[in-house]
Amino acid sequence: MFAIIRKELADYVTSIRFVASFILVLLVSVAGLWAAREGIRGASLPEGTVFLGLFTTSGTVVPSLTYLVSLLIPIIGIALGFDAINSERAGGTLSRVLAQPVFRDSVINGKFLAGVVTLTIMVGTMLLLVAGYGLNMIGVPPSAEEVIRLFFYFFLTIVYGAFWLGLAILFSIVFQRVAASLLFSLALWLFFSIFIMLIAPGIANAIAPTADGTEAELIRNFELQRMVTRFSPNILFQEATTVLLVPLVRSLGMLSVSQATYMVPNPLSLGQSILLVWPHITSLISLSAVCFAVSYVLFMRQEIRAT
Amino acid sequence: MSDMLAIEARDLTKRYDSVNVVDHLNLQVKESEVFGLLGPNGAGKTTTILMMLGLTEPASGAVSVLGFNPTREPLKIKRQVGYLPEKVGFYENLTARENLRFIADLNGISYAEANQRADEALEMVGLTDSEIMEQLGPNRKIEKTVGKFSRGMKQRLGIAEVLIKRPKLVFLDEPTAGLDPKGINQLLDLISGLPKIGTTVVLSSHQLYQVQRVCHTIGILAKGKMVIQGAIDKLGREALAGGRFQIEAETEAPSEKLIEVIRGIKGVGSLEVKDNVLVISTDADLRREVSKAIVENNFPLIQMKIQEFSLDDVYMKYFREE
Repeated sequence: MFAIIRKELADYVTSIRFVASFILVLLVSVAGLWAAREGIRGASLPEGTVFLGLFTTSGTVVPSLTYLVSLLIPIIGIALGFDAINSERAGGTLSRVLAQPVFRDSVINGKFLAGVVTLTIMVGTMLLLVAGYGLNMIGVPPSAEEVIRLFFYFFLTIVYGAFWLGLAILFSIVFQRVAASLLFSLALWLFFSIFIMLIAPGIANAIAPTADGTEAELIRNFELQRMVTRFSPNILFQEATTVLLVPLVRSLGMLSVSQATYMVPNPLSLGQSILLVWPHITSLISLSAVCFAVSYVLFMRQEIRAT
Repeated sequence: MSDMLAIEARDLTKRYDSVNVVDHLNLQVKESEVFGLLGPNGAGKTTTILMMLGLTEPASGAVSVLGFNPTREPLKIKRQVGYLPEKVGFYENLTARENLRFIADLNGISYAEANQRADEALEMVGLTDSEIMEQLGPNRKIEKTVGKFSRGMKQRLGIAEVLIKRPKLVFLDEPTAGLDPKGINQLLDLISGLPKIGTTVVLSSHQLYQVQRVCHTIGILAKGKMVIQGAIDKLGREALAGGRFQIEAETEAPSEKLIEVIRGIKGVGSLEVKDNVLVISTDADLRREVSKAIVENNFPLIQMKIQEFSLDDVYMKYFREE
């Protein structure tokens, strides 16, 4: 299997796609820094969360780094995986590789792992770049807790990328044509990042109409909308990262006025933040695992000669 | 040629959507022979090969390759068996040597060893440096990526890749497709040399002439069934002459006495005289005895030949009957 990982990594790193993704990563880092430069002064962050502000504050025009990452990572995941299996099949290399003394699952495991390693390199580069230049820019060093939060963010971003990578590999197994798997992956990305926000109110209104306009109805409608959007891994990731990197966020649901009145506006401790998004983290991990498991099973059962 | 069996298949069956693509196939391939698997398109040749490699599972029946069961122990087989698919493909962005090294890596061959074997294999298939390198500037040469190779070069690279693991058995699926006549000749020479280094070859093809040139034994497949299997000349006799040999001897004005003498040789069946040519039907190859009889009776022996059967004749006979 290591032979396959080695080759796939070499392939990824020397491909045009990697260069393009890397340029995107650099652009996002620059944009994120730019946003932080514009916004961090006005953000009035409490002590001990300033460094995290580098990643989460948005500028007047440019959105925050975390938001950009939530858009960019799926693209990179898809770019790494959309032709993993079907291009090998079309090129006639799959049957040759499988005729070598390797287990069949080594092929898909190797491709997935090589993709995850590539993702890790990219995300790592981006975080280190922003942290380094950001430190230079604001001059406030990170606290230990901030570093731990960033590590969680790093991990979660890779899991999120692995989900899209797994999904793209899945499509590359299901569809014989490279164009089909790419289009399907992109369509799903578009759906989860944009369309689900548009259809969520519709679904909520259909199930829980707000005809009377009572408080209970409105609450139910709103909760339903959130429920629907949380089917999207993009939304899950955005919510989870917001809570992880902005300790001031105390709740993801609704708060009544009475609750808000008694709320002390100080940052949450790390444990409490994680507790708040624990379901998000577990769902993201399980989504990635399910995606990969389905591809694994399909690939193991697929006939080699399906031409 | 030894008598050990490299491959033995019994009642091998493969079903796709309740159609038997390979139907109770029986097949024996001896060690160090070249076995030709013939048959029209869709006869199940490739499926049979895939089952022997453990790349696809048989619905029923048993097959043993080098003593292993492909379904249970595919890795043990794949370590010793090379496979050249019909539609051979390479990583087009890598060079010939990089492709070979990757395959060597998958076989657990060390880098230095792989380099050496790659050079060997490239030489065996006649891929010279001038073919796999390209000029980049006046004094700089780099290796070409496989994407720039011609069809024939890729085919030869495919054979090199099969040879790099020094296999005991190779499956070549239509290896001569897309080669020019010179390339075909080189390849056939290479294939017929493989048994000498202890490699058994299973060759699938419908180029009958090529099969006849290199194969010791053939099996003809039709609709997933083995129609006939055996040595080519034997098959020819059985199929076309009822298992008999036909010898033609030309002499000058054969006398009745000579004809009687030849009739008297043990094993001679009928004898016809057409002008100066004696057409003798025999049970065995009696050319020695017949020529001796002619010469000893003071007749000149001008020419003599034994009827040979081309694979075309055999093949066409079976498919006319279908």
